[in-house]
Amino acid sequence: MTNYADIDFTDLLEFSADEVVTHSYVRDIPLASGKTLALLTLDNGRDHTRPSTLGPVTLLEYGTALDALAARAAAGEIHAVAVTGKPFILAAGADLSKVGGVSSRDLAKKMAQLGHYQLSKLGTVGVPSFTFINGLALGGGVEIGLNGDYRTVDSGIAAAALPEVFLGIIPGWGGAYLLPNLIGIENALKVVVENPLKNNRTLKGQDVFDLGMADAIFGSANFLEDSLNWADGVLTGRITVKRANEPGKVERLVKWDAAIGIARKMLEGRIGTVARSPYVALDLLKAAKSGTAEEGFEREDEALADLVAGDQFRASIYAFNLVQKRAKRPAGAPDKALAKKVTKVGVIGAGLMASQFALLFVRRLRVPVIITDLDQARVDKGLDYIRGEIATLLSNGRISPDESNRLNALISGTTDKADFADADWVIEAVFEELGVKQDVFADIEQYISDTAVLATNTSSLSVEAISSKLAHPERVVGFHFFNPVAVMPLVEVVNTPLTDEATLSTAMVTAAALRKNAVITRDTPGFVVNRILAKLLGEAMHAVDTGTPFEVVNTALDPFGLPMSSFELLELVGLKVGAHVLDTHHAAFPDRFFESENLHRLAEHGKIFERDGKGKIKGFDKTAVKIVSGGTTPMTGDELLRRVEDGLADEIHRMLDDDVVHAAEDIDLCMILGAGWPFQMGGVTPYLDRVGASERVFGDTFHHPRIAGVA
Amino acid sequence: MAEISEVVFVDGVRTPFGRAGEKGMYWNTRADDLVVKAILGLLERNPNVPHDRIDEVAVAATTQQGDQGLTLGRTAALLAGLPKSVPGFAIDRMCAGAMTSVTTLGSGIGFGAYDIVIAGGVEHMGRHPMGFDADPNPRFLSEKIVGAEALNMGSTAERIHDRFPALTKERSDRYALRSQQKVAAAYAANKIQPDLIPVAIKSEAGWGLATRDEAPRPETTMEGLANLRTPFRPHGRVTAGNSSGLNDGATASLLASGAVAKELGLTAKMRMVSFAFAGVEPEIMGIGPVPSTEKALKKAGLSITDIGLFELNEAFAVQVLSFLDHFGIDDDDPRVNEYGGAIALGHPLASSGVRLMNQLARQFAEHPEVRYGLTAMCVGLGQGGTVIWENPNYDRKAKKSR
Repeated sequence: MTNYADIDFTDLLEFSADEVVTHSYVRDIPLASGKTLALLTLDNGRDHTRPSTLGPVTLLEYGTALDALAARAAAGEIHAVAVTGKPFILAAGADLSKVGGVSSRDLAKKMAQLGHYQLSKLGTVGVPSFTFINGLALGGGVEIGLNGDYRTVDSGIAAAALPEVFLGIIPGWGGAYLLPNLIGIENALKVVVENPLKNNRTLKGQDVFDLGMADAIFGSANFLEDSLNWADGVLTGRITVKRANEPGKVERLVKWDAAIGIARKMLEGRIGTVARSPYVALDLLKAAKSGTAEEGFEREDEALADLVAGDQFRASIYAFNLVQKRAKRPAGAPDKALAKKVTKVGVIGAGLMASQFALLFVRRLRVPVIITDLDQARVDKGLDYIRGEIATLLSNGRISPDESNRLNALISGTTDKADFADADWVIEAVFEELGVKQDVFADIEQYISDTAVLATNTSSLSVEAISSKLAHPERVVGFHFFNPVAVMPLVEVVNTPLTDEATLSTAMVTAAALRKNAVITRDTPGFVVNRILAKLLGEAMHAVDTGTPFEVVNTALDPFGLPMSSFELLELVGLKVGAHVLDTHHAAFPDRFFESENLHRLAEHGKIFERDGKGKIKGFDKTAVKIVSGGTTPMTGDELLRRVEDGLADEIHRMLDDDVVHAAEDIDLCMILGAGWPFQMGGVTPYLDRVGASERVFGDTFHHPRIAGVA
Repeated sequence: MAEISEVVFVDGVRTPFGRAGEKGMYWNTRADDLVVKAILGLLERNPNVPHDRIDEVAVAATTQQGDQGLTLGRTAALLAGLPKSVPGFAIDRMCAGAMTSVTTLGSGIGFGAYDIVIAGGVEHMGRHPMGFDADPNPRFLSEKIVGAEALNMGSTAERIHDRFPALTKERSDRYALRSQQKVAAAYAANKIQPDLIPVAIKSEAGWGLATRDEAPRPETTMEGLANLRTPFRPHGRVTAGNSSGLNDGATASLLASGAVAKELGLTAKMRMVSFAFAGVEPEIMGIGPVPSTEKALKKAGLSITDIGLFELNEAFAVQVLSFLDHFGIDDDDPRVNEYGGAIALGHPLASSGVRLMNQLARQFAEHPEVRYGLTAMCVGLGQGGTVIWENPNYDRKAKKSR
């Protein structure tokens, strides 16, 4: 077994000399029974906007404090030890700025070992140990508690989670071993694997209690007082702790391996096998069935060292920072003060997309939203859809009856464009054809003020061209949503050469008010997401067109680890739309983008896959296979993979040269938020750098240094 | 028609009282949190009270601003998680705030408008020094409505010494010393602790738990008291040692109509007999409890000799002594402030009234021979307040055996 006390952590501590240290303060608490509890408070001295984190220096101080408490416990001075945090925060886990910067696998392993060494001291302090989860507890913050004897949780905590798998690592300070042995394998799978992969879902206080991660739950108003009183009850025997979810013999014999097996199968089906951390987590959870904690910790040390030193973790941290930071401060956004106030919204069109816009705008902006279409029947259909959705929100309890009344009163429809006169934001979602959109805007311009913003949801047309027939083209901006509108977090805000600052600012502020992340792009074909997807899908269809079997094409890009294969994506967006997107890009860049006659024919036919009654893919549709047959120069999967990687590197390099967005980071942000491309790829450019595509195509890399693992 | 009801004091609690200021234990604790914790502690001790039956929450504070403002009774009720149907309001009568919460809501019960109420008070003098940001009307001085010294409580206490030369500094100091000694003895006998609600306190050095009052100085001696500064006058008589200090704390009490208390199985610790407030010259506000007590006795049809226990707020030793002299009671009469008083425990202005009641209620339980007791206190700007209570544990035979 590893004797952690023998390891020299000097290099790790030197590496972390500039860490924001979370201090361990200890005060003695006199309990009602007359016993004394030593309460350790974790506090980094900053307010709640800078949560306490656990870096090497912090861990050492924490462990030293526990050593002193162990000595006092042995001397009979204290009868219990408890850990809690500063207001609203227990601890937000390992200091990622530190973990993400380690320079070797050896240092990564020491990070794991130091955590085990210090955190495990809570469980061996010699008297009963408690953790009062008073606020945010992530990763190592949760593991602090798991290493002790008892836990209470505040019902009002912002979140608790083991989000490691979301970031490409595993709970490696005891979590992977201790959690399943506390709350059972199925619950542990939910916390360690399932939730992180559900867009990093977190637990509320009640969940923490229900899962068995805490033994008691108290309200926020008196949390610490109630926790101390509860701890006193445990010490005096007044309270007996029962753990219903603690795994017994039967669970270990019968359920454990089966649950792991089911989870593995589900994972393979859902995300493929490229992302490493979920599978490493499964292995660790499986092994936690038997053996000692020491053995479990040793396994975690090795696993964490491998992952922290690997490519996927670095890319994930990069992606995480994009989503957490860059998305919130969009590059090139003008001063918010320039934004015009949006007090009424007009939506041109009453189809499904337009109705989804209207619903989103009315829910988030809570201003009057008026929709229009060619005739009253269409308007009524749109209104019916919107009111139906509001009714669903009401019946789900997502909104109150008052809110429902408010929203319904704000929504209206008209066929008289004069009703748009006082709208200061008008967005169109009409047929994707330049002439139609030009006419629609020119028509509405007669009725609205000179400064009202005109936003177009076009995905492929030139926004400047759409505004070319207007008296005031400077108030036109592209505002490109992704489907489904309510769910996808990205809006591409398209800035034409004519768009003025006030309009651009209004678009950015409005996107934020809609709780969307906006990225500013130039007015170039496909903007960012569609251009990259068109490149990829065009290559896929081209491979099919030239004789590569569907099966080969469909799996060739598996090493990306994308959420779905090329043909699944095509079916999702609709084969017609897909064919149209390829056509537009081919028209714009004929030498680099493929169009596909076959795709048009597949669209006529209506499907590529053969599916069972539940929609599950059984294979490729026989007619579809027939439609695309005839190609004579098939590629291997590897050849196609190389073509796509190089093609993407080339296209993205061109986009950056052309300043479609300002930086590779914005490309990656768009792909993560708009297309669901995985963290482990870092979006796309870190992946292209690490597989050598960037070097092959333009003799350099997108990132300096590359975002890649260390030896 | 509302019906006249009996008014009973079911229970009362308080937070430990802290010393005001940066070094005090509540410096990082909000005033509203203090009173919310007191209310939660009160309700936890009385699990038979259905929260939706609470008809009113009155919380007093003198300086109603910041975390001590915003209709405290209502905000405290919301923060304590009481049903939204429970109303509340704020009260201010300076030092007699909590006492006025009790008499106001008690009156409502008596009239039949309320069944169960929560009455209390809070003062965080560290965060909200008395009179802070006040803007007294210039007419007070230009028309000599009050003297310049009326707004300085220490100066008003010096004026009592002026008026009653028999009240010497030595008597004040001795009274103060006994207050410290009685508090120390009460703590040793566990008389104070049962009604304290522990409060988690945040400090730069981690969380702690307030379980005892911070102000008492059991080491006090006559020599020590004699040498203290007299900050209100050169060679004066009023010192920090024979006055209450600047403190932070909160109190909460549960009152009910006799019938509803019976219905819910609540025990009455005290029965309200009468109360009165009275005004005196603001420059000598400390004598206020004299006329208020005379008024309350008259309304109750009692005389001072009927009162078996006194809980007098010790804003200043001299002010208590003036009361005792007036009614012919000895300085060290055992019926007066058996557990000591504000000179040792502290006086977070608007919260203190309920502390007096908590202590009287506990003494009632221990003194079945006593039928009546009173709580009284002086109030800034020249007022006094008195509540007379009857002991439900009163036993005629016990009286005879004494």
